[in-house]
Amino acid sequence: MPETGFFLEVHDVVKEFGHVRALDGVSLSAALGEILAIVGDNGAGKSTLIKILSGVLVPDEGRIVIDGKSYTALTPKTALKAGISTVYQDLALANSRDVAANIFLGRELTKGIFLDQKRMYAQAEQLIRNLGINIPDVRMPVEVLSGGQRQGTAVARAVHQEGRFFIFDEPTAAMGLKETAAVMRLIKRLAHQGYGVIIISHNLPQVFEISDRICVMRHGKVVGIVNTAETDMEETVAMITGAVKIS
Amino acid sequence: MMNNQPANQTDRNYLTKIFVKQYAARILLIAVLLTMMTILTFSSEYFLTLKNIKNILNLASTYILLSVGMTFVICSGGIDLSVGAIMAMSSVIMGFAMKAGIPVGPAVLFGLISGTLIGAANGFLISKVGINALIVTLSMMSIVRGSVILLTDGKPVFGFDSSFTFWGGADSIFRPLGWEGSLVNIVNPPIALALLVTFLGWIVLEKTKLGRYCFVLGSNESALQKTGVNTLFYKVLIYALSGLCAAITGFIVAARLNTCEPLAGTGYEMDAIAAVVLGGTLIQGGSGSISGTFIACLILAVMRNGLTILSISSNYQQLLTGLIVMTAVAISEIKRRKG
Repeated sequence: MPETGFFLEVHDVVKEFGHVRALDGVSLSAALGEILAIVGDNGAGKSTLIKILSGVLVPDEGRIVIDGKSYTALTPKTALKAGISTVYQDLALANSRDVAANIFLGRELTKGIFLDQKRMYAQAEQLIRNLGINIPDVRMPVEVLSGGQRQGTAVARAVHQEGRFFIFDEPTAAMGLKETAAVMRLIKRLAHQGYGVIIISHNLPQVFEISDRICVMRHGKVVGIVNTAETDMEETVAMITGAVKIS
Repeated sequence: MMNNQPANQTDRNYLTKIFVKQYAARILLIAVLLTMMTILTFSSEYFLTLKNIKNILNLASTYILLSVGMTFVICSGGIDLSVGAIMAMSSVIMGFAMKAGIPVGPAVLFGLISGTLIGAANGFLISKVGINALIVTLSMMSIVRGSVILLTDGKPVFGFDSSFTFWGGADSIFRPLGWEGSLVNIVNPPIALALLVTFLGWIVLEKTKLGRYCFVLGSNESALQKTGVNTLFYKVLIYALSGLCAAITGFIVAARLNTCEPLAGTGYEMDAIAAVVLGGTLIQGGSGSISGTFIACLILAVMRNGLTILSISSNYQQLLTGLIVMTAVAISEIKRRKG
């Protein structure tokens, strides 16, 4: 694949925790408007990779190119500035605070030294509606919301952070069928609107339903990146377990 | 399951319920306060006199000054056990400065700054080095108290100018204006300061970024980090604020007694924690209010005053304070588990 035209490129990233090599020279690229799924068994290095892309962890080696700009390490701030927004598996929500406060977290609107609550409520309401997220009132504390509504809040925050590229870490892990479908629709809509999406999931049927390409990781390495249309579940499972190797 | 009805009635009702729940606890506290006052009014003819009310408010003002800072700390998921020791340290620094011939204004400022810096050191050790808040502030309590006793040789510093002791509260703040009258006389400097600090604390906690981050730190610290907020800065600020409040309290107490005591403020951290948790702030952080703390301080002051009026030993006061903390924490924990 050509290296131009990609919004996000990862080149030979290595990360070690003591003696454990969590990432062993990982390279991949992703474009805007596509959904790239990253799959792999537990311990394959998916979460470590995500943490590096979102600036939570610093890689030992390698570099990351975002929109043509090269970085050897990111911080949460620089990742956000570069346009990478991560929706964490734990959603990173403050449960006791309301939906608007969570959406604006770290980017609060102010009037002088005071928070501009009125404007934040209005904008949050607007954002929730535009994204088609079903939350009746942005003044509701997050702790009373359903799993799908909480996910929606986290997504709304990612969009509000002016992200151009979203990373979803197990977005539907603890969700019912109906909510899962709603979140999947939301992710598809983001890709249609021209955002880039990386989704990490254990749920292969879901991955096949939603993704354009699948990246398989195993033991800290990328063992293959394939077009979803050109592969099937059997082959993917074989790659995940190490029975087949494609590159 | 996702609810597909648009902004329906049950959700609206739910929102109202949340607000009611939020204020119900504070209304209950006011009811407790009024009940205590009613009982005491009937038990002692002295209780509802102007002089005694002034006593209660004086006592409450020290609780309030200390507890406003503690509310921020506990809301952020922390604890500050060093406030009593900081009270002593900052007042002794004021005392030494004044004895060295420094005017009252700058001397008081030195004291306030020193308290703020000790608080900031707490915040730095907790956030940057990553030590548990309980351990940091417990050690700090011992370090600061030890230093104060070494500095003073265990002896109080006393005898200051009237422009210093004025702040202790014998006179009304309106006296210099020439206003007289029994009711305005109640509002002395400590009470006025306590009201001012309460108001500022409320504004900061409810209306500013610092307040909001305070709640988020107590609710989900890593979420705040992940959005790129400098959590170290805000934690240092929160503990510095607590240190400043402790220093103001130390100032008021020293001015009232015309003495800077090396053992001043011993055990006050417990009173402040009691006021904060009784006021409805969750001990694990993430939720709380200045108004709740304010009402709880009045309750503690009335309780202490009532026990004194009824000639009940002060040892019972300590026992009761402990029981209040334990009960308040137990209730909030049981409520939390029930969801």
